[in-house]
Amino acid sequence: MSRTAIRSEVVEWASGIYEDLEFTAVRQWLEGHPGRKACGYLPVYAPREVIHAAGMLPVGIHGSGNIEIIRGDAFYQSYICHLPRSIVEFAQSGRLDMLSAVLFPSTCDVIRNLSGMWQILFPDMYVRYLDLPQVADPALGAEFWRRELEVVRRELGRVAGVEVTDARLRESIALYNEVRAIIRQLYALRSEKPWQVPTEELYLLMRAGELVGPEAFLEKAREYLTAAQSDDQRVRDRTRVIITGSFCEQPPLGLIKTIERAGCYIVDDDFLAGNRFLTGDVALEGDPTTALAEALVRGAVKTSVLYEPDPAGKRNLMKNRVAAARADGVIFAAASFCDPALLDRPMLRDGAEKAGIPCIAFKFAENSGQFQQFREQAGTFSDSIKLWGDA
Amino acid sequence: MSITCFVGTDLGSTTTKSIVLDERGDILGRGITNSRSNYERAAQVSRSEAFINARFNLLRREVTAAAGHDVLEHLLRAFRLEQTLAQLKRLHELTLGAAAFDIPGKLAKPAREAVDAIVAAIRDEELARFTEIDPSRRSDFFRDAVGSAWSRLAIELADPDGVTYDMLLGLYDKCIIQVENEPLALGFSDHIGTALLRIGDPADVHTGVQHAVETELAVLGEVGTGYGRQRLPFPKEMIRSEILCHGLGASTMFGGTRTVLDIGGQDTKAIQVDGEGIVTSFQMNDRCAAGCGRYLGYIADEMNLGLHELGPLAQQSTRTVKINSTCTVFAGAELRERLSLGERREDILAGLHRAIMLRAMSLLARSGGVDDEFTFTGGVANNPAAVSALRGLVTENYGDKTLNISPDSIYTGALGAAIFARRSAN
Amino acid sequence: MVIQKEMIAEHYERLERAPETGEPVVYTFVPGNLTELIRSFGCLPVLPEINALQSGMRGKSRDYIAEAEKHGHSEDVCTYVKCDIGMVLAGNIGPTGTKLPKPDLLLLSYTGCYTFMKWFELLREQYDCPCVFLHVPYQGDGIIEPEHREYMVKQIKELVIPALEKISGRKYDEDALRERLELSVQAEDDLVWVLESAKNTPSPIDAYFGAVYYVGPIFSAFRGTPEGVAYYKALRREVQQRLDAGLGPVAPAGPLNDQKYRLVVEGPPNWTHFREFWQMFADEGAVVVASTYSKVGGTYDFGFRHNPADPLGTMGDYCAGCYTNHNLTNRIDMLCQYLRDYKADGFLINSVKSCNSFSAGQLMILREVEKRTGLPGGFIESDLVDPRYFSAANIKNRLESYLQMVEARRAGGSREARAS
Repeated sequence: MSRTAIRSEVVEWASGIYEDLEFTAVRQWLEGHPGRKACGYLPVYAPREVIHAAGMLPVGIHGSGNIEIIRGDAFYQSYICHLPRSIVEFAQSGRLDMLSAVLFPSTCDVIRNLSGMWQILFPDMYVRYLDLPQVADPALGAEFWRRELEVVRRELGRVAGVEVTDARLRESIALYNEVRAIIRQLYALRSEKPWQVPTEELYLLMRAGELVGPEAFLEKAREYLTAAQSDDQRVRDRTRVIITGSFCEQPPLGLIKTIERAGCYIVDDDFLAGNRFLTGDVALEGDPTTALAEALVRGAVKTSVLYEPDPAGKRNLMKNRVAAARADGVIFAAASFCDPALLDRPMLRDGAEKAGIPCIAFKFAENSGQFQQFREQAGTFSDSIKLWGDA
Repeated sequence: MSITCFVGTDLGSTTTKSIVLDERGDILGRGITNSRSNYERAAQVSRSEAFINARFNLLRREVTAAAGHDVLEHLLRAFRLEQTLAQLKRLHELTLGAAAFDIPGKLAKPAREAVDAIVAAIRDEELARFTEIDPSRRSDFFRDAVGSAWSRLAIELADPDGVTYDMLLGLYDKCIIQVENEPLALGFSDHIGTALLRIGDPADVHTGVQHAVETELAVLGEVGTGYGRQRLPFPKEMIRSEILCHGLGASTMFGGTRTVLDIGGQDTKAIQVDGEGIVTSFQMNDRCAAGCGRYLGYIADEMNLGLHELGPLAQQSTRTVKINSTCTVFAGAELRERLSLGERREDILAGLHRAIMLRAMSLLARSGGVDDEFTFTGGVANNPAAVSALRGLVTENYGDKTLNISPDSIYTGALGAAIFARRSAN
Repeated sequence: MVIQKEMIAEHYERLERAPETGEPVVYTFVPGNLTELIRSFGCLPVLPEINALQSGMRGKSRDYIAEAEKHGHSEDVCTYVKCDIGMVLAGNIGPTGTKLPKPDLLLLSYTGCYTFMKWFELLREQYDCPCVFLHVPYQGDGIIEPEHREYMVKQIKELVIPALEKISGRKYDEDALRERLELSVQAEDDLVWVLESAKNTPSPIDAYFGAVYYVGPIFSAFRGTPEGVAYYKALRREVQQRLDAGLGPVAPAGPLNDQKYRLVVEGPPNWTHFREFWQMFADEGAVVVASTYSKVGGTYDFGFRHNPADPLGTMGDYCAGCYTNHNLTNRIDMLCQYLRDYKADGFLINSVKSCNSFSAGQLMILREVEKRTGLPGGFIESDLVDPRYFSAANIKNRLESYLQMVEARRAGGSREARAS
C-alpha cells in the first residue's frame, strides 16, 4: 500500500470510531475479550494505567455534538456547559451500559457533581470521584495521590475480579509510556512540519485512541506516524498558532478544520489533554503506584485544572508554549460556561500580550453548528499576523 | 330572569381572554382582545366581549328555532359594525383634535380634510363589507382592522410637500391608544338596538333580544390569571397563577389530560396534572426565550414570511437539517449560513421546528415526562410542523400517547380561571 | 442585628488600620475557613465572598462586574469572582466604605468549590504576597475518609502553620488555639439552637433569609472570639422571646406571624434583590424553616462541633464537612431530613447561575427529593450578585405558581383523605 493510502486508511478508521455514537468499538472489544470489563473516565486526567492493569478497557467519555439532547437537558440549566448534557444523554439512552465502572477526575464542579448523579442514576456501576492532588508540596501531594491510586487499584481489581499486582501495573505503565512516546513524536512532527500532520487527522487518531485500548492505538499510531513522516504534502503559507482552552469539552471537528482552512497551522493544542498530562515517562522501577503518583505531582503539564504554585506561572505559560512550538500567535478557544478555561483566560492572555504575542479568543460548544464567525476571526488573525510579521 | 355565572380572565402578553361559565360549568361566552399597553382596560374589554358573546348565545338558544341561523349571524355582524363605527367616530374626533394641535399653520386645514377623507373612506369600506355576502376574514381587533386601512388610505392621500404620510400615520398612532384605553360604551345593550334596525328590525327576534338584554348575568365569582394578573382589579385571593389555570383548563377540555405542554410567545411550560386537574409539578423555561414562539417570529422575519406560513412550508421538507441553536440571538446567523451552504428553506425550517420541540421535550422530561393523555396548547399548537415534530418525539421517547389539541386552546388559561372561580364560590 | 452591624463595622475599621497597626491580614474563604487558627496568630481575616455579597446588597456589584468584564472576564463565569476583582480594580474600598488592606497571605482553603482556586490565582496577580493552599478532599463517597483527614492535618501542620508563623512572626501556640476552639463550641451550640427553633409552629425565624444574618459572624471573622459568643447568646435570647410570644420572624415589610407555608430551600440567595426576594415569600405567607445555604460554613446541625482536644484534626473535619463538600447523595439525604424534621410543606431550589458547585445536579436533586418524600419541589433561577440575572416577574410567577400548587395539592389531598 502507498503511504498516502495507509495514512488515509488510518484516518478513515479513526473517523469511523469518532462518528459512531453507539460505542461499537468498545462493544466489539468486550465481545473479543470474554470475561473482561470496561471502565470509563471523564476528562481531563485519569490514570488509565490502573484501569488497564485491572484488565479493563479504558474508555474515554468525551461527549459529542452530534447527538440529539433530550434527557441530558432535563438535568442541566442553560448556564451549564454542553458536555454533561451529551454524556447524560449517552448514559440515559443505554449507550454506556457496557461500562462496569466510571472515574470522574476533579476537573471542575460540574464533572464533580456528575459523579454524584452517576451514583444515583447507575447504582450498579462502580463510581469514583478522583480528587487530583492540588497542593504545592510535592511530597504531600504524591503521598495523597498514591493513596488515591491504591484505592482505585484495589476497587477496580475487585470490579474486574483481578488482583492488580505490581507486575501487572508495571506492564501497563510500560505500555502507556510507549503511548505517550508516540504521541510526543506525533506532536513533535506536527510542530515541525504541520503540513504533514493536519490537526484534523491527528485529532481523529487521538480520539479513536480513547476507545480502542492502548495496544490497538499504538499499532495505528505507528502506521500513521511512519506514513506521515514521508508522505510529502504541499507546504502552504500559513500562520502557526497554538489553540488553548479546549482541554475538557471538545470542539466539533468542523471547528478544527475551519481554523486550519482559514490559514492557520495548529502547532500545539490541548485537545484531549489527558493524553499528554504526564509530560515524561513513568518510572518502571520501585513501587509502581508511587511512580505514577510522582509522575503526576512532579511532571504534570501546566493546565487550568491544576493549581499553579508559581506566582509567575500563569503569566509565563503562553510565552513558554509559544516559544517551544515556534508559534506566531495564540487562539483561546474555550467551551461556553467552562469555568477552568474562562477564569484562566485573562491571566494567560495578559501574559501573552505583555510578551507581544498576538491573541484572539472565542467560545464554542461541542455542538456548535455554524463556523462562519470562527472562519472570519481565524482568517483575519492569520492575515494580520502575516502582514505585521513581514513588516 | 337571572343567570348565575363565573368569569375567568387570562391576561397574556399579546392577547387577553375571558370566559363566562354558567352555574353548571358550561361555557356561556368567550371574549378576546389585544392586551395593548393597558392591562386593566384589556381585561375590561375581553370581559365585556365575553358577556356580549354570552348574550348572543342566550339569544341563539331562544331564537334560532324561530328566526333561523342566518338572521342571527347577520345580527351579530351588524352588532360588530356598530361597535366599529362607534370606535371610528371616537377616533375621528380625537384625530381631528390632534391635527389641530400638532399640525399648526398652513397645513392644519388640509390635515383635517385628509382625516375626514380617511375616516369617511373607512366608514364606507366597513358598510360595504357588511353588505358582502361572505366577507374575507380579518382581525377582530379594531386596531388591526382599522390600522391597515388607515395606512393604505394615508399613502393615497399624502402629499410629500404638504400633509405627509408620516403626519397622518402619526395622528393615528397617537389616538388609537386613547381609543383603546377609554371606557367606550361597546356593550350588548349599547348597540343591539341599532344593530337590529340595521338588519330591518325583524319581528321574530324582538322578544329574544328583549330577553337577552333583560337577563341578569349575576357574577358570583371571578378569577384572574396570566402574566399581567397582578394588574387585575381583584383581591389577591381571586388571582391564580397561569400554571394552575392552564393545567385545570386543559384537563377540563380533555378529561384524560395528565401532561400539558404550552408554548406561548414568551415562555414554554410543561405541566403535570392529576385526575382532578390539579398541578402536581411544572417547569418553565428560564429567562432565555430560546425555543419559544418568539423564536419562530424571528425566523419568519428573517425569511420574510408570515408566521403562519412557516409550518406548512416546513412540512414540505424531504430531509430535516440538524439545527443546533434555538437561541434567538443566533437564529438569524445560523439560518443565513445554512442558506449560503445551499440548504433548502423547507429543510432548514423542518430542522428549526424539531429543535424547538427538542427544547420542549427537555422541559417535559424535567417536569416528569409525558403521560397519557397529553394536551398541547398555546399559539405554537396551531403550527402543523411543530405538532408533527412533537408527535414524533413523544412517540420515540414515551411510546404512543394520545395528543390533544383544541381549536379553542387559546382560552385554556381563562377556562381554568373560570373553573377556579366556580369552585371557590361553591 | 445592631450588635452584628457594630461588630462588622469595627472589624472593617480594624482592617483599614492594619497597615499602621501591623496586624497581618489573611484573605480566605468561608467554607473551610480556619478562623481560630488565623486569629491565634493575631492575624485578621478578610473574606472576599462576604465582600462580594455585601457589594451585591449595596448595589455596587453591577459596576464591579462590568469592570472585571472590561478586563477580559467572560460573561459566563462566577459573579462573586468578577465582583471582587472589579472591587479591587476600583480601589478596593470595602462594603462599609473603608479601604481594605492588601493581604499578607492568601490562605486558599479549597473546600467544595473549584472556583476558589482560580479566584486566588487571580488575586495573586494583583498582590505580591504568598499563597498557601489547603486542599480539602471532596466527600465523593459521602464520608470523610481517614486518609483524607490525615492529609488535611498534615497540610495544616506542614504548610499552613509555617506560612502563618512567617507572616505573623509568632510561634504556633496550641493552647491559644484550644481556647479559641472552646469559644467556637459555645457559639456553635447557640447557633444550632437558633436554627432548630424553626421546628416550632409558627417558626420564630426565617431559616434562609433570616439565617443569612445569623450565620454571618460564625461563618466569617468571629468564630472563636468573645464577641462571637456574646452575639449568639444575645441572638438566642431574642429568638427565645419571639418563641415565647408566639411570633414569627420580621421580614423586610414587617412581621410574618401568619405562616401559611413552611418551606425548605436549597441554594444560595440572590443578593442584589435580597429584600425584594424575601418579601415575595413573606407576601405569600411563606416562611423558610430550613435551608442548605446556611450550612455552607459548617453543618453544625448534623452534630459537628469543633473539638478543642484535637485542634488540627477537628479543623480538618470542619473543612471537609461544609455543605458543598458533600456529594449529591448526602445533599439529598439532608434535604429529605429537613423536610421531615421541620414538618415542611415542600422545598424550593434557588438555582444560581454563578455557582456550579451548588447548581450542577440540582435538577436531579429536585427529582430525587420529590420522589423520596412525595412533597412538591419548586425551581427558581437567579444569580448571586449579577443583577442582570434577576427577573423579578419570572421569579414571582414561579414562586406564586409553586405555592398555589402546594395549596391546591393540600386541598386535593384532604379531599382524597375524606373520600377514603
